[in-house]
Amino acid sequence: MPDDSKMLKAGTPAPDFTLPVTPDQQITLSEFRGRPVILAFYPADWSPVCGDQLALYNEILSEFHKHHAELLAISVDGAWCHGAYASQRKLHFPLLADFEPKGEVARRYGIYRAHEGTAGRALFVIDAEGVIRWSYLSPAGVNPGADGILEALESLDAGAHAAGRGASA
Amino acid sequence: MSIQQGTLRPDVGAEDHARGPDDAPVTLVEYGDFQCPHCARAHRVLPKVLKRLGSRVRFVFRHFPLAESHPDAVHAAEASESVAAQAGEEAFWRMHDLMYDHQADSDDSLDDAHLVRYAEQAGADPATVALDLGANAYEEKVKSSFMSGVRSGVNGTPTFFINGTRFEGEWTNASAFIDALEEAAE
Repeated sequence: MPDDSKMLKAGTPAPDFTLPVTPDQQITLSEFRGRPVILAFYPADWSPVCGDQLALYNEILSEFHKHHAELLAISVDGAWCHGAYASQRKLHFPLLADFEPKGEVARRYGIYRAHEGTAGRALFVIDAEGVIRWSYLSPAGVNPGADGILEALESLDAGAHAAGRGASA
Repeated sequence: MSIQQGTLRPDVGAEDHARGPDDAPVTLVEYGDFQCPHCARAHRVLPKVLKRLGSRVRFVFRHFPLAESHPDAVHAAEASESVAAQAGEEAFWRMHDLMYDHQADSDDSLDDAHLVRYAEQAGADPATVALDLGANAYEEKVKSSFMSGVRSGVNGTPTFFINGTRFEGEWTNASAFIDALEEAAE
């Protein structure tokens, strides 16, 4: 298993960031406060395993949206590269460019792979208040699938319902 | 929260398409897409693997069509279900084999016209299959198979599960695949 000792764990507030999504547009994590966010860090556009992973998420976006969750994928590739990749693979979610300073956001989430110069293949599920509720670092060659993400989103829903009942009682 | 990933759910049951004895010590489940070239490659490796294990393995096929990448994959899966409903499990497997064998023939080798032709060769009534495709009669069944794959941690096609656990090894190499199954059979 990869070394996930530096990866931010459940219970940690998710560090805020602003990254380019196209050459002239940026996305800020805290804009999504109020609903869950899935951060999917991956090593690189165009590499075969990433392709499968993002293709899978592309197929099941509607499942994420059922939980009102937003999927943001992040790699160290630049915005022009992301644009070409997203258009060729017909991806319907944003690819963020952790390009300058290179890998800065990946470093803050504790999953930068300095030797390779890329993000690790890591998943973070962040709740509506901006707190990390689940994180997972996959071996670089292994596509983690989506079962962990969906289960984490379901526990968030269950937690929110329980809290709602508590407040109204 | 602690989350278990890469575990088959639900378990293999009566709804599944299975080849081999129910009480075999190894159950190999494939989540596959009839338009996926890697799955077609696996289809060429599997006979060697299944033959070596003989009656010690049960092979199960579940649908995982990647519709965004493979525009004909959903109808191909639905056609196989129509064939199974009409003509039985043996016909399902003939249809499964025909679609993989012809996948690379041409760009349109899995369009509806071809699917109906394979269905007839597999022993089903082609007109009924065409009607079923037009009415999306098996859309829910295929979608439910796909979602079971998502919940099991399918991470691309093909994904294999050996006795319920996602297989991370090299299925392209028959001998490595056989070793993993032999180990599970012990």
